[in-house]
Amino acid sequence: MTELSNPIPSKPPRSQWLDVWDQFKSHRGALMGGILFLLIVASVYLGPLFWDLEATHIDIRARNQGPSWAHPFGTDQLGRDMMARMMAGGSTSVSVGLTAMALALFLGSFIGVLAGFFKRLDGPLMRLTDLFLALPLLPLLLVMMLLFREPLNAAFGPEQGIFILIVGAIGVTSWMPTARIVRGDVLAIKEREFVLAARSIGTSNNGLITRHILPNVLSPIMVSATLGIATAIITESSLSFLGLGFPPDFPTWGRLLFDATDYLQQHPERVFWPGMAISLTVLSVNYLGDGLRDALDPRIRGR
Amino acid sequence: MLTFTIRRLILSVPTLLFISLVIFLLLELAPGDPMAQVPLTVPPEVKEKMREALGLGQPAPIRFWKWLVQFFWIEPQVLVDHYFGTTFSQGDLRVISWQTRSPVMDIVIQRMPQTLWVVGTAYVVAIIIALPIGIYSAYRQYSWFDQLGTFVSMVGFSVPPFFSGVLVIVIFSVQLGWFPSIYDTTHVVDSWDSFVYQMKQMIMPVMVLALQITAQLSRFMRASMLDNLNQDYVRTARAKGLSEYVVVMVHVLRNSMIPVVTVIALGIPSIFGGAIITEQVFKVNGIGQLLIGAIQANDLPMVQTLTFIFAILIVLFNLIADVLYGILDPRIRYD
Repeated sequence: MTELSNPIPSKPPRSQWLDVWDQFKSHRGALMGGILFLLIVASVYLGPLFWDLEATHIDIRARNQGPSWAHPFGTDQLGRDMMARMMAGGSTSVSVGLTAMALALFLGSFIGVLAGFFKRLDGPLMRLTDLFLALPLLPLLLVMMLLFREPLNAAFGPEQGIFILIVGAIGVTSWMPTARIVRGDVLAIKEREFVLAARSIGTSNNGLITRHILPNVLSPIMVSATLGIATAIITESSLSFLGLGFPPDFPTWGRLLFDATDYLQQHPERVFWPGMAISLTVLSVNYLGDGLRDALDPRIRGR
Repeated sequence: MLTFTIRRLILSVPTLLFISLVIFLLLELAPGDPMAQVPLTVPPEVKEKMREALGLGQPAPIRFWKWLVQFFWIEPQVLVDHYFGTTFSQGDLRVISWQTRSPVMDIVIQRMPQTLWVVGTAYVVAIIIALPIGIYSAYRQYSWFDQLGTFVSMVGFSVPPFFSGVLVIVIFSVQLGWFPSIYDTTHVVDSWDSFVYQMKQMIMPVMVLALQITAQLSRFMRASMLDNLNQDYVRTARAKGLSEYVVVMVHVLRNSMIPVVTVIALGIPSIFGGAIITEQVFKVNGIGQLLIGAIQANDLPMVQTLTFIFAILIVLFNLIADVLYGILDPRIRYD
């Protein structure tokens, strides 16, 4: 019992999240990715407060200008300020990414936990997941865009309607990987002693899931959240690029890129800005997810 | 193994039927009308007749059944007729496109070669590049080569094809003028010069697609190699005095290839499905472009048939990947 001779620990106790943060900090790419992502989100949402040109303001005399102090990113073929359009487009793209990710995450975790926890539901729910994985997703997304655009536009107005449609479509077609990962983890955790202990003192299924199981599957959920943002942003831009996303007067990064391809020969820089914004956002989010995966894995942590 | 394969094959029939039903029901909601293009001077009775000639006007279950019969019974007959000169399908109604009023399958067959050439070449190029990168970056983990490989594959993941495609067009066709920016599908290869032109017009789409596929495959290869490099059998092989080359390239590589081969198999449907966005950027006249055109023109039979063909390919190659995994890895037993 020599190691207990000094009962006062020399260091204060460390919480789990402090350990996670320490590991996360040591992953340089992840840290930079996180900072870059926060910067992009901040400039996209807070930028319009400082940059008072309207994204839809048409100044036909100032059309097709190169970069200048008045218009740092230049202007487009109707004289609209590209910087304001990039911010407006970014706020739409990032909002779509975050909301669609949240929806996919909710669906995925819900189905994953149900399938892992209740043995009776496992078979049908996993068949459903396999079925969704077998669907050709991009064609189906395009078909959904085609079909539900009109009714939703009529019900919620053109901008709200298309936002709901895109978020819903991306969310409904991208929950499957999360569901599979969560189910696997729930299956493993369900057999552990602490769950048995909780059950033995009469915890209800509801309490068992929310208090004991969900906190333990949080790390795979968080990792797939970051990757979900990336895929959602890319999917939304692809839809806009194919002309089936947001309407033309409502800028998103994909739409700006699509519009700029018509002026590729004369003004290649207009393609560059939105494309760069999409790529940098997705790159930062991917690095963030990579670092988060390492930081949340206790086997790697502390190495 | 055989019983597993047969069971999976049988199970995939209801899956496919269900998928086709889902696609059919989705399209059933579509607002479009195939008669919208017909001039207003055509009297309504004639329009009604034309509608019936296209197989419309009947209740949905009957139309679904007819489509199933056309797709699974009549189209294979047409294929047999084409190859053996028989006349099984004479007089039967095939799946007709609303855009061109010609059989959907004929158009698909016309578009197939372009997609197979471009996307298939990209896939092969990507495999050839990705495997050595994955092997070497796993063998020298955390070296500068590995760091660079990680960064490049992260970029490959992150840059969407509609940006990288436009970027290479700006650089190589607009600025440098080396390659044509539009893929010419009518180009016939019959001499050395025309072959060189074909290569030139294929380079950019292949480059864009291969970057994406390489990024995924090299990550897989690296992870799989890393899993195996620390195993006991590797130490045994080294202790026996085998050369480092044999240890890595024979013992480790063969075991690491098992998951990678299945991942490669899972990606094959995308070769046939075409890269919708890349084809759109470079104006390649392939399957993906056909689908986009059909969606924009409201050509529902075409959309339905194409999406269903994609679904068949995905289900089929999922099955092939599972079976391959079982064959290659003796530790996996499905029975």
